[in-house]
Amino acid sequence: MQQKDVLPMKPETEADKRLAAKPVITGSEAVIRSLIAEGVDTIFGYPGGAIMPIYDALYDFQDQVHHILVRHEQGATHAAQGYARSSGKVGVAFATSGPGATNLVTGLADAYMDSTPMVCITGQVAAALLGTDAFQETDVIGITMPITKWNIQVTRQEDIPGAIAKAFYIARSGRPGPVLVDITKNAQAGTCEFEYKKCEFIRSYQPVPELNPEAVTAAAALINSAKKPYIFCGHGVLLSGAENELIQLAEKAQIPVASTLLGLSAVPVDHPLYGGLLGMHGNYAPNMLTCECDLVIAVGMRFDDRVTGDVSTFVSQAKVIHIEIDAAEIDKIIKADVAIHADAKTALEALTQLVMPARHDAWLEEFKFGHEKEYDKVQKRELYPEEGQIKMAETVRLISEKTNGEAILVTDVGQHQMIASRYYRFKNPNTNITSGGMGTMGFSVPAAMGAKMGAPEKTVVAVVGDGCFQMTLQELGTIYQSQIGVKMVILNNNFLGMVRQWQQLFFDKRYSSTEMVNPDFIQIAKGFFIPGKKVTAREDLAAAIDEMLATDGAYLLEVVVEQEDNVFPMVPAGAPVSTIRLE
Amino acid sequence: MQKEYTVTVYTEDRIGITNRITIIFTRRGINITSLTTAETEIPGVYKFVITVMSTREKLDKVVGQIERLIEIHRAFVHEEDEVVYQELALYKIATKNLTTAGDVEKLIRENNARILTITADYFVIEKTGHQQELTDFIKKLEPYGLIEYTKSGRVAIVKWSRRFHEHLKELDKSIASY
Ligand SMILES: Cc1ncc(C[n+]2csc(CCOP(=O)(O)OP(=O)(O)O)c2C)c(N)n1
Repeated sequence: MQQKDVLPMKPETEADKRLAAKPVITGSEAVIRSLIAEGVDTIFGYPGGAIMPIYDALYDFQDQVHHILVRHEQGATHAAQGYARSSGKVGVAFATSGPGATNLVTGLADAYMDSTPMVCITGQVAAALLGTDAFQETDVIGITMPITKWNIQVTRQEDIPGAIAKAFYIARSGRPGPVLVDITKNAQAGTCEFEYKKCEFIRSYQPVPELNPEAVTAAAALINSAKKPYIFCGHGVLLSGAENELIQLAEKAQIPVASTLLGLSAVPVDHPLYGGLLGMHGNYAPNMLTCECDLVIAVGMRFDDRVTGDVSTFVSQAKVIHIEIDAAEIDKIIKADVAIHADAKTALEALTQLVMPARHDAWLEEFKFGHEKEYDKVQKRELYPEEGQIKMAETVRLISEKTNGEAILVTDVGQHQMIASRYYRFKNPNTNITSGGMGTMGFSVPAAMGAKMGAPEKTVVAVVGDGCFQMTLQELGTIYQSQIGVKMVILNNNFLGMVRQWQQLFFDKRYSSTEMVNPDFIQIAKGFFIPGKKVTAREDLAAAIDEMLATDGAYLLEVVVEQEDNVFPMVPAGAPVSTIRLE
Repeated sequence: MQKEYTVTVYTEDRIGITNRITIIFTRRGINITSLTTAETEIPGVYKFVITVMSTREKLDKVVGQIERLIEIHRAFVHEEDEVVYQELALYKIATKNLTTAGDVEKLIRENNARILTITADYFVIEKTGHQQELTDFIKKLEPYGLIEYTKSGRVAIVKWSRRFHEHLKELDKSIASY
């Protein structure tokens, strides 16, 4: 992930002139100047007592750094995640000590699970007060230790540039992840000489392992002798920018590719070798055929239990090649016959050279049969219903058609997430942004906001459930204030739908606390000066989507959908994927 | 199969590193039975020696997750026969029992222990060895009336560790020239 180097700058503004010298500055100014040196131009945050000096310093750099005032610090982290995922840069969030810092926890954990590069900067009470239960003191380092790739508390101003340099290096290198830098108030206020040196080396950290040519040779031999090879495409493919390399390998040896939830959009949905979505609510053929293949080439994915179901039966008949940058993932869940511990792009490039051109027509046909079966049993009536209430899937189909598969799709968590992931026809890499590993409700509205800031030229559509929307709807205020043109589509079933589905299927229809009495969402949007429309009839749906996409700026579309709709196919939790149910 | 293993971890000197390491054991529900740490011969590099009851399979994964931490150089799981190790115990005994209970001097000599200090009230005996020997010695001291017993964690040298230490020294040079 390349960062553009912002220094040196044209000495035009007051702030620029000050940057040209090597002056003695406050720790707070050092924070801002360090961020600028890392190419940061957008920060999501929320001020407070312990971070006020940093906000004060920010005031002088408004022409270089754009600060987005969110309405809740959780929103700042999700926005930073969305920004990182759409732009390929590191997302940055600010929060004050105590409650500000604890509000970051969900977003940090989410970014950690989904390997999103993010740097969070929190204010902290003065070093002299640390450990005394001072006002708004919390042990944010202790709290975030298990959910950050790295964190550090800085108590001396002269350590600020070094800590921030390290933070960015760690956040974006190797398997990316979130980093937290906690800076005490005295360090923010104290002065020091400023010099910024980017970090490129930490002696105990090897972000990109060296490619082992023997492993590549062994993997190529397995591929060359396989009858039914099968590629699993994970998030690592997108993180290393290996989409083309993956497609080249697939095309050269005619290997079908299935995607994990976070691997979506790496391979265009209409690619002839694209086999569909893996996992609990993935497609029928790609799940069933994990039981048929004789070789799996798993690239940048970690065999999450939502993908494997019962691990003891998952791909047990096949050999496994695992390409993975994080050594801890290798053999963690599934034992690899050949492990290539490397960056996906480097590994795929090397592998493709050694792989022989091949054809696997009969094997590829098997996917077609599976797709036809799923289409007949599930998709036809989901995508093209003729009567009854509007379905989630047809709404997603229309959004997909009308954006030509080119929008950035940001989804929240629940039935609508699975439906959107199943039916949106992704065309370009990094256009699927969702909370995979954590499954954090409330993710999509702030993440979409961030995604739009990271890729302003793209249409960004958030698909959100009525429950999820109410977890972070306060960010409508941010969207209005900062004029962020995100499109939001609430698929309203008046239920916490995904939980209700489980209650229906596995808890004897006892709908315990899943029914939602909802507010007037359009009225709420109106309160935030965001236009919107509520649609209940099928015949109005297409026009409403057109209107949403044609509107300049933000828009909220509420679609009242079938209440007790279910997402199929489905692999029951912990069951073998072969037990996938179509109804 | 669950048994006792020694885990060694080489780390940078960093506040909170112990916590970072131990929470990885905690997450997998593994109980740490002893933990010792000290600086190695390479300045700034620390070695943790951790003993746990667990299975090899689980520990191999734990070690992978430990190595993922930024400040960790390497982590290893060792079988019993791969390490030379010692633990150190101190035993405190009331002085007034010395004359009445038997030949303590002989007991100390036979068990390769030594007396560290003697006061009017108590004396302190030190013994190094493996866990079992150290607890066995408690029984032998019982007739004298043991007031207090305390034991260190394990200190271990790995039989095949040379190559790794050379690697560390290389790193040390590379940072010096960086
Ligand atoms: C913060 C959080 N709380 C609870 C859950 C559990 N959960 C998963 S999906 C879901 C229902 C989501 O409902 P809604 O937003 O209405 O979407 P739907 O499933 O109806 O499409 C719940 C409660 C979660 N994932 N995250």
